[in-house]
Amino acid sequence: MSLIYPRDSLKAHPLNATPAYGSTVKRAPSKPLILLPHTLSETTGPVFGHTGVAAGDSDLTRQHQGEPLGERIIVSGRVLDEDGRPVPHTLVEIWQANAGGRYVHVRDQHPAPLDPNFTGAGRALTDAEGRYRFVTIKPGAYPWRNHHNAWRPAHIHFSLFGPSFLSRVITQMYFPGDPLFKYDPIFQSVTDERARERLISRFDLGTTEPEWALGYTFDIVLRGRNATPVEEPHDH
Amino acid sequence: MTTETQARQAAGPDFGITPSQTIGPFFAYALTPRAYGGPELATEQVAGEGVEGERIRIEGHVYDGDGAVVIDAMIEIWQADARGRFNTSGNAGFSGFGRAEATAEGGFHFETIRPGAIEGPGGTMQAPHLSVSVFARGILVRLATRIYFEGEPGNAADPVLALVPAERRETLIAKRDENGVYRFDIRLQGEGETAFFAA
Ligand SMILES: [Fe+2]
Repeated sequence: MSLIYPRDSLKAHPLNATPAYGSTVKRAPSKPLILLPHTLSETTGPVFGHTGVAAGDSDLTRQHQGEPLGERIIVSGRVLDEDGRPVPHTLVEIWQANAGGRYVHVRDQHPAPLDPNFTGAGRALTDAEGRYRFVTIKPGAYPWRNHHNAWRPAHIHFSLFGPSFLSRVITQMYFPGDPLFKYDPIFQSVTDERARERLISRFDLGTTEPEWALGYTFDIVLRGRNATPVEEPHDH
Repeated sequence: MTTETQARQAAGPDFGITPSQTIGPFFAYALTPRAYGGPELATEQVAGEGVEGERIRIEGHVYDGDGAVVIDAMIEIWQADARGRFNTSGNAGFSGFGRAEATAEGGFHFETIRPGAIEGPGGTMQAPHLSVSVFARGILVRLATRIYFEGEPGNAADPVLALVPAERRETLIAKRDENGVYRFDIRLQGEGETAFFAA
């Protein structure tokens, strides 16, 4: 199937120049972006088969000898294109802080304990219907130095490829009802309210497993639309 | 009713793409996890031994608007093979995709082969190039750029380079140093700012 990539869709993204997020001030380009035609270089992209994903990569609670501390959760959803069609067999990478809000990363200085049973990195391939599923623990909120008393709402980082260079995206998934949303310049960098809501997962009793783990659903919509929508015959 | 309409109704009224967010400072243990002993999806080795084509090495640093080296960026490249083909199944050891962390110690580098020319819009030919994505703390939407190569005769007629203001074109052209290494620095802002694309 051949895809097109309407540029209007890009309006959902934040501007790189978002001064309330201090790190953008010296890192956002100052000159206008140049409109890039969508050539073969852009409409193709890497394909990751099962070689990129090992069994167990999608269960972040079973990567060590013991179980991590924290609230066990199931994060699942579908990866879709802009027509709502599933994006099958595409790679989803995630990473996150532990239940105390601490990352394994060597430069994370937040004085919360590391959990010897939690790394916080996972990978999955979507199935034929675009579905993915991770088992993990709910990450904690954590402080950062953007401004006085700055705290990030709990989030899981997501990295996706989709079918081409144009569908490549890195984003963050948030949890419903977080009181930190209104103070977080990264979440608020998405200025369109409806687009911002697409970053928030939904609590889902349907994927919640009794006596085991709460379920959160997070559908991800990547760029790409069918170039030639097919009319189905009417039945009347 | 079209399947598209059905799909949109199923997806609800607020259908649209998922917005981008920053990669943040702490991605390395997941995306470029060599130092953590984690499994690497892709590395700076884009072409293994025996892959057809001229082997090249690209080295560079990422700089911010103050000229300070950015030590928490991830660079990805995507490229054609030596014959200008993408996703060829018969080219073992070559994926066309590379991923590297830019670090305080050494910036970033890639080991690959020089890609072939590929067709461009309207019957034009694009000079050999790599597609580049730059992610870092403070970058909310990945920055897209291209690496072209000094001395390529096709550069003059490249339809994408032609869209870049003449005085900024040089920022997209990797220069060969005395050791044969292509140098390509990425300047996010200010003096010598790299030309970035709206893809
Ligand atoms: Fe984070």
